[in-house]
Amino acid sequence: MTTTPAAFEAARRRARASAMRLASRAARPTAAGLALVLTLAACSSGDQGETGTEADASPSGTVTLVTHDSFALSDGLLAAFEEESGLTVETVAAGDAGTLVNQLVLTKDAPLGDVVYGIDNTFASRAIDAGVLQPYTPEGWADRDVPEQLGDGALTPVDLGDVCVNADTAWFESNGLALPVTLEDLAKPEYKDLLVVENPATSSPGLAFLLATIGAFGEDGFEEYWTSLAGNGVKVVDSWEDAYYVDFSGAEGGTRPLVLSYATSPAFTVTEDGSATTTTALLDTCFRQVEYAGVLAGTDDEAGAQALVDFLLSADVQADVPGSMYMYPADNSIELPAEWTQFAPLAPAPFTVDPADVSANRDEWIDRWTAATIG
Amino acid sequence: MDRGNDRLSLTTDAGAADQDVGRGMRAHSATRVLVGPAAAWGLAVGVPLLFLGVFFAWPVVSLVARGFVTDGALDLGGFGEVLGRPRTWRLVGLTLGQATLGTALSVLLGLPLAYTLYRRSFPGRTLLRGLVTVPFVLPTVVVGVAFRTLFVHSGLLGAWGLEESLAGIVVALVFFNVSVVVRTVGGLWERLDPRAEQAAAALGASPWRVLRTVTLPSLGPAIASAASVVFLFCATAFGVVLVLGGVRFGTIETEIWVRTTQFLDLRSASVLSVLQLVVVTLALFVSGRARARREAALSLVSDVSAARPLRWTPADALVLLVSLAIVGGLMVLPLAGLVARSFRGPTGEWGLSNYVALGTTGERNALVVTVWEALGNSVRTALWATLIAVVVGGLVALVVSRRPRAHGARRAVALLDAAFMLPLGVSAVTVGFGFFVTLDRPLGIPFDLRTSGALVPIAQAVVAVPLVVRTVLPVLRAVDPRLREVAAVLGSAPGRVLRTVDVPLAARSLGLAVGFAFAVSLGEFGATSFLARPDAATLPVVIFRLIGRPGAENYGMALAASVVLAALTASVMMLAERLRGDRAGEEL
Repeated sequence: MTTTPAAFEAARRRARASAMRLASRAARPTAAGLALVLTLAACSSGDQGETGTEADASPSGTVTLVTHDSFALSDGLLAAFEEESGLTVETVAAGDAGTLVNQLVLTKDAPLGDVVYGIDNTFASRAIDAGVLQPYTPEGWADRDVPEQLGDGALTPVDLGDVCVNADTAWFESNGLALPVTLEDLAKPEYKDLLVVENPATSSPGLAFLLATIGAFGEDGFEEYWTSLAGNGVKVVDSWEDAYYVDFSGAEGGTRPLVLSYATSPAFTVTEDGSATTTTALLDTCFRQVEYAGVLAGTDDEAGAQALVDFLLSADVQADVPGSMYMYPADNSIELPAEWTQFAPLAPAPFTVDPADVSANRDEWIDRWTAATIG
Repeated sequence: MDRGNDRLSLTTDAGAADQDVGRGMRAHSATRVLVGPAAAWGLAVGVPLLFLGVFFAWPVVSLVARGFVTDGALDLGGFGEVLGRPRTWRLVGLTLGQATLGTALSVLLGLPLAYTLYRRSFPGRTLLRGLVTVPFVLPTVVVGVAFRTLFVHSGLLGAWGLEESLAGIVVALVFFNVSVVVRTVGGLWERLDPRAEQAAAALGASPWRVLRTVTLPSLGPAIASAASVVFLFCATAFGVVLVLGGVRFGTIETEIWVRTTQFLDLRSASVLSVLQLVVVTLALFVSGRARARREAALSLVSDVSAARPLRWTPADALVLLVSLAIVGGLMVLPLAGLVARSFRGPTGEWGLSNYVALGTTGERNALVVTVWEALGNSVRTALWATLIAVVVGGLVALVVSRRPRAHGARRAVALLDAAFMLPLGVSAVTVGFGFFVTLDRPLGIPFDLRTSGALVPIAQAVVAVPLVVRTVLPVLRAVDPRLREVAAVLGSAPGRVLRTVDVPLAARSLGLAVGFAFAVSLGEFGATSFLARPDAATLPVVIFRLIGRPGAENYGMALAASVVLAALTASVMMLAERLRGDRAGEEL
């Protein structure tokens, strides 16, 4: 533990070398261990091919897509791509968005795969600054109706969505109270003890909402806002499922009619006849989350990796995003399902914060938020 | 210290062997063990050590080391920084506090349950034994929601003020861990020769005095064993603390998780990991001392259970009543709402629609695989994990159960014992992230283990091994050494001694160990969540995803899937008990 990286690396090499010596000298114990490793390796499906050593070789072999646990596409879409390109796509899920970026940073010297999908704008700068991405701009990018790339082509947007306060409309109707509209409204006395939000230190929507308030009130004003929210009885819990399923009155019978969730959540509370929804998103309280894909630096199959990024931005995948991942496609020209425009519209003017500022200040902002809200 | 002198033997054989003769025989057999199958013992030590080294020590040390390096130079400034924060010491205090309370209560409530379920027989006992294990594998995210539903103001226990309280956390910790005590202690209690107790009672001791002077001292090793495992589980509990503690409570473990996965602040995380290691090592040392004082040869019955039918005496009625109260209050109450909700459809009607939906990928495609496919993945993974854990853990238990005569060798054995407990006391995040920085070329073999599905059962086995060791070891240690000596004197080769003495007696606990390892593996979420590939997601991972999506159908499916997981676990545990019952006493 008390070594420099160089010394540490040397020690690691020594350990490896002695392990190998051990294997040849006292064959039995280590051979059994190795057999264990190899048997298990063999029982896993798929094969880690060493392919595409030439960057300009035509794409073939295996391309590994590192992603967060929400990645999904309709049946057959990926298979069609594999058939067309001659590539085999393997997906590796590395936990939530924050965990994903941190793992990429830690494994920079021995990348987990060739392409990453699922880095969002709250964690993007950390990945870009650490140099885990290799710039790539798909052909004809400039002509498409899409959000900007980040980091000079390091990250290409694939989909987006809004994090907004949701309201249980039935509750407000039966209590004869008007729905709040703005962030300021949430701090008014008539909405005392009605709101539950997620902790920005442990939850991705929680962090997004903190950023919305920073976008709205500025770096100097957000603490005051949160102090007033705390004075108005805001409840903070650690995860989305806690807030939505335990405390929110519009889902499983909690007591609070206002919850921090997504702009798309009301589409899940549509009544049986499909004509209305029992919850609604307050579109003036939103933060826009954009999810990106990128080629990982150190990929051994650059052409294949780029082909996979192109695929994620193809019209077929973009049209599949709403149904499969429940996000809006990055490509604005894709037609959305009718239900979406009715029950899950995007915020017309969400709050934004520059990703570079997020990366530079996230920890400090969370500490200041903790002090202002929890004390 | 020669164990021949201070052995607290409860053997009631009339003609107990003369101590000196016994010692002579032991020396004889020890020589044979040393000279003959030295290679076999080397293998028994080497395989587990290699496993622990590659899949635990190396990853953890590598990751922690990164936190102490800044710009290529060693930097221990993080220690002063982190240890200087009042928050750090508050976290240490809370960690120790909740773990101590959780352990004490788990033992206190676990003992009457162990007695009822393992010393008394009554109809439905096997079922009840299976049910008691259920909490152990339920995903924390589901249990967290179930408990919070009870604790919030409008909840059933809303008036008790348990929300965001230490008491709330402790209750949930006991919920998860009481089965560890019941199983570990019950396993020994069941086979404890009742004649010593009967003799004490016949000599006029009151039931309380028999319990205090005969029974509890004999159960000492198993209690200490269970308590140390529970303490480690409590000290590293993560989901429960996060969900039930709210934003006010945290432990070293939750802080490591936040620092590593959210802030990538390895500097602080590494200091906290070292701190966690210190706390855990101290706890192991203390419990090791307690065990060493207590461990002794006991007279065990291998072929018949010492349980007798429940009778309607006041003592039995009291114990039964206490047990039912514990099961009812601690397990049925939180789970009843969960089970009931799993049978209600999206519009509130009763029925099986959530269970029917398990064949789908959820409302609006919440999943990549169906829940049944995930169940298949879970079972496959758990079988591999169990195999590894039982082989590795069985070898460790076998080695550690021996008491070499040389002082140094005895030290080494004790160290080996402690080393294999550490995986329970080190953050799953540290181990998981450590995998990512080390296993791209395990042992220099050019095979990227990190992205192959093979790592999932290995990671689960790392957690299951300590449980296997702690389940099998008390039984192996309780084997009267004279049995082995007699066998050796009668001309049995060491291998045959093992086969005819140790294995039959340990076989029953091995069944329990298999059940435990399987259950741990089925329920493991921490490491699995970032190692499992989306197309090979396990049941807990799928449940986590379902409950992370809006929609009454997804929520209902998450609960139905939890019920399936619980039912599967209970069945496996019951099966494990049945299997060992049939085999006991045979030569294997």
